[in-house]
Amino acid sequence: MFQVRFHGRGGQGVVTAAELLASAAFSEGRHAQAFPSFGSERMGAPVMSFCRIDDQPIRTHEPVTEPDALIIQDPTLLHQAELFAGLGRDGYMLVNSTKGFAELGLGDFAKDFHQDRLLVVPASSLALTHLGRPLPGAALLGGFAALTWAVSLDSVLAAINDKFSGPVADGNAEAARAAFGFVRDEREALIREAQIREELSDA
Amino acid sequence: MLKQVEGSRAVAEAVAMCRPQVICAYPITPQTHIVEALSAMVKDETLDAEFLNVESEFAAMSVAIGASAAGARAYTATASQGLLYMSEAVWNAAGLGLPIVMTVANRAIGAPINIWNDHSDAMSQRDAGWLQLYAETNQEALDLHIQAFRIAEELSVPVMVCMDGFLLTHASERVDLPAPSQVDAFLPRYEPRQVLDPDEPVSIGAMVGPEAFTEVRYLAYAQMRQALDVIGAAAADFSTQFGRDSGGLVRPYRTGDAEIVVVALGSVLGTVKDAVDELRADGTRVGVLGINTYRPFPADAVREALGGARHVVVLERALAPGSGGIVTADIRAALDPQPRRISTVIAGLGGRAVTRKSLRALLAKAGELEPLTFLDLDTGLVDRELARMRAARRSGPSPENMLRDLGITASRIG
Amino acid sequence: MPYQRIKFYQTGSLAVGNRLLAEDQRSVQSTAGRSNALTCGHRACQGCGEALGARYALDAVHRATGGKMIAVNATGCLEVFSTPFPQTSWQIAWLHSLFGNAPAVASGVAAALKAMGRTDIRVVGQGGDGGTVDIGFACLSGMFERNDDVLYICYDNQAYMNTGVQRSGATPPAARTATTQAVGREPGNRFGQGKNVPLIAMAHEIPYVATATVADLRDLEYKATRAMDFHGARYLHILVPCPLGWGSAPADTIKVARLATESGLFPVFEAETGEVTSSTPIRRRVPVTDYLRIQARYAHLFRPRERTEVIARIQAAADRNIARFGLMPADIPAERTGPPAPAPVTSPSGAGLEGR
Repeated sequence: MFQVRFHGRGGQGVVTAAELLASAAFSEGRHAQAFPSFGSERMGAPVMSFCRIDDQPIRTHEPVTEPDALIIQDPTLLHQAELFAGLGRDGYMLVNSTKGFAELGLGDFAKDFHQDRLLVVPASSLALTHLGRPLPGAALLGGFAALTWAVSLDSVLAAINDKFSGPVADGNAEAARAAFGFVRDEREALIREAQIREELSDA
Repeated sequence: MLKQVEGSRAVAEAVAMCRPQVICAYPITPQTHIVEALSAMVKDETLDAEFLNVESEFAAMSVAIGASAAGARAYTATASQGLLYMSEAVWNAAGLGLPIVMTVANRAIGAPINIWNDHSDAMSQRDAGWLQLYAETNQEALDLHIQAFRIAEELSVPVMVCMDGFLLTHASERVDLPAPSQVDAFLPRYEPRQVLDPDEPVSIGAMVGPEAFTEVRYLAYAQMRQALDVIGAAAADFSTQFGRDSGGLVRPYRTGDAEIVVVALGSVLGTVKDAVDELRADGTRVGVLGINTYRPFPADAVREALGGARHVVVLERALAPGSGGIVTADIRAALDPQPRRISTVIAGLGGRAVTRKSLRALLAKAGELEPLTFLDLDTGLVDRELARMRAARRSGPSPENMLRDLGITASRIG
Repeated sequence: MPYQRIKFYQTGSLAVGNRLLAEDQRSVQSTAGRSNALTCGHRACQGCGEALGARYALDAVHRATGGKMIAVNATGCLEVFSTPFPQTSWQIAWLHSLFGNAPAVASGVAAALKAMGRTDIRVVGQGGDGGTVDIGFACLSGMFERNDDVLYICYDNQAYMNTGVQRSGATPPAARTATTQAVGREPGNRFGQGKNVPLIAMAHEIPYVATATVADLRDLEYKATRAMDFHGARYLHILVPCPLGWGSAPADTIKVARLATESGLFPVFEAETGEVTSSTPIRRRVPVTDYLRIQARYAHLFRPRERTEVIARIQAAADRNIARFGLMPADIPAERTGPPAPAPVTSPSGAGLEGR
């Protein structure tokens, strides 16, 4: 089972993002479950949503307390310690930001994880560019696909086109593609850097 | 057809396929998505029905009563406070013998106001004379509505389909939605046992005094006994026609050789099964019994399923403050005269997550369980409030004091 | 030699239909073929205004609908005395659910009929003042707001009679009830704002609203019939004296109702979409004391001493009604001592004055 937890603020499409991810997994013939955190969701209040993906039917309905991946839609939430609760050492994290992890003040935190699994993607800017509105969900999913390969980019695009139509679908799809490329390149760069560092230390 | 949809949506589509003729609704979290979907279907004419936006839940059930008495298939949905507000009409519908189907999106009852899931709402109406069916998954939730209309109309008894609020209603899961033709084949036209017909006028709703009231009520009891068979038959037919097990009376899981059996209702069963599998892997002989039909209470089926288990742990999603467990009492009565050790565990009140971890820890030490336990109780929090209450007469509202104590400003994980 | 005064039953009078009228002018009740929707054998008190009003109203609706009607009844006197298990006095399709939901249940019946393509069958919801003005008020307003196709009839005897004469939102000021006893500094019901449901119904601008009493039964039949000309939400408010609760003589029920209208305390009128379209003028105005004196529920206003200030307030309310609804056409003197001159008939309760 692959478990994802989304963090964002009310109005940013956190619930929709989880549902899109579930829809993407569904299109691959897998079982998926998506649900929100059911808080008092006012605009701007911190909210969470969850998505589980598995090849077996998913029986549990408890919240995701041990996520395999975190998707942070709003970097202003990063000061909350509980945000990272339960994320294992092999976990993934994708933050919607133009700044890197060190710049975000998470340099020390990041040391305990795989460097190529904690990435940022400027999802809001990409959304603004391709969709005309800073709703980062679709872009983040594109980035997520490149980061984790838990779902394919094609599945993400299928989910987007299933949920939306017309220019909104097109814009979201473009943003997702752009984010996918961004994260893929970022990952490859990090992996290469790590390889070079290893070679240097071996030498 | 397989679909990835929110539970509410799945239920709305299933209900629509049952061809309700009158849908009346008053909004309350977390049922709103169901009635919103149905209202859209009526408005754009994909569903041919009358949809009434009523002024209260009491009005909702009352409109359903009028519609059903006039011979139409009637449906409504509610939860929590709404169910209580319509309580008089809920009892009235059962007493009148009207086969209304209602979704209860299980939610806690206030005060304190709480919009999250537990079973206190449906439990408060357990003696109203309605059938109560509990769904474990979104698939079962949609399936149960299809079965509910048939069961209700066959018996002339109203049916409540209970599905956990948020956990099922707002969860997007993969479901198999039947084709309308399948539903039509399973669910015949509504043929009322009694109906308001100017050509054959009858008076429905007379006052009944001491001379006949007992007999009228006995009939209701007898119908509940009969319901056990009708529910079983409907589930069997459903299985044949739709190719999957849904509903029925009880659903045992790894109870065959179990020493300990956990009994529960609703979506928590999924989490319990995960915990049971882990415990089994560690060698603990534990199983779980899902109660699919709570009213009528399937005593025989429960007794049979609990077999030789020496310890029954009843996981309750509601609390009777004056006595403890609610379902426990039914279990105890069913097992009589072969009593077992029964432990009541009150869990998940007001939407507190019931986790695999907590269940594992609890069941690993099942031998030490008290007769009544509150899972994951923050005893410190309680003790501090009790101390405040002892220290001053005007200690203030307890819920607010405890929230302040916790420093709660946003929902927390788990 | 003394001569015998012979009463002439003139058409256009308050007589209950007679053989001097053309067939189509006769009242429903006077026809042999009347439906007896509420038939004899019910357990109402002697002189019950509600039984009288219900019989007239429902037989009129029955004739207007060709018998295609369903009635939904709130809990109350009418429901209780008409259906003592295992008997029923109803010869029409009839449903009783709860006290506070008759309007909603009626809405449900109407919705079902529409869904089943049977809009030829019409729906009547009915209840007492308690079930209409108080506990059923939210449902009534909802029915109005949705404009559901229901005629709702309120039989107003101004208190919760079935349960032992307790005060309701329709209980008039100063009236004695079991919960507004004639004791203390302010005996009887307090002076509040009242709850004028006909006016509230008009505020909803529903197609048809009317008031009537059992003193003018032709008018009551006419209004029930007229209501069935409309579709959508309609409201009929009928004053039905209760001898037991009001402390009036059973034989005086119609007289008490007449005094309520002739004093101006109960205006009789019709309205469509929120505008008054007709009002029945007072034929022979009386001071409110004529009305109050013959009801024991107001006895404390006269004994041990006359409470002139309270009576004056009640009179002022009557005066206000008369002004507001135009119940005294200017050419009719406010007081008269002799028999009434023929008054212009503005309410269509008769064909006009035709002497025979």
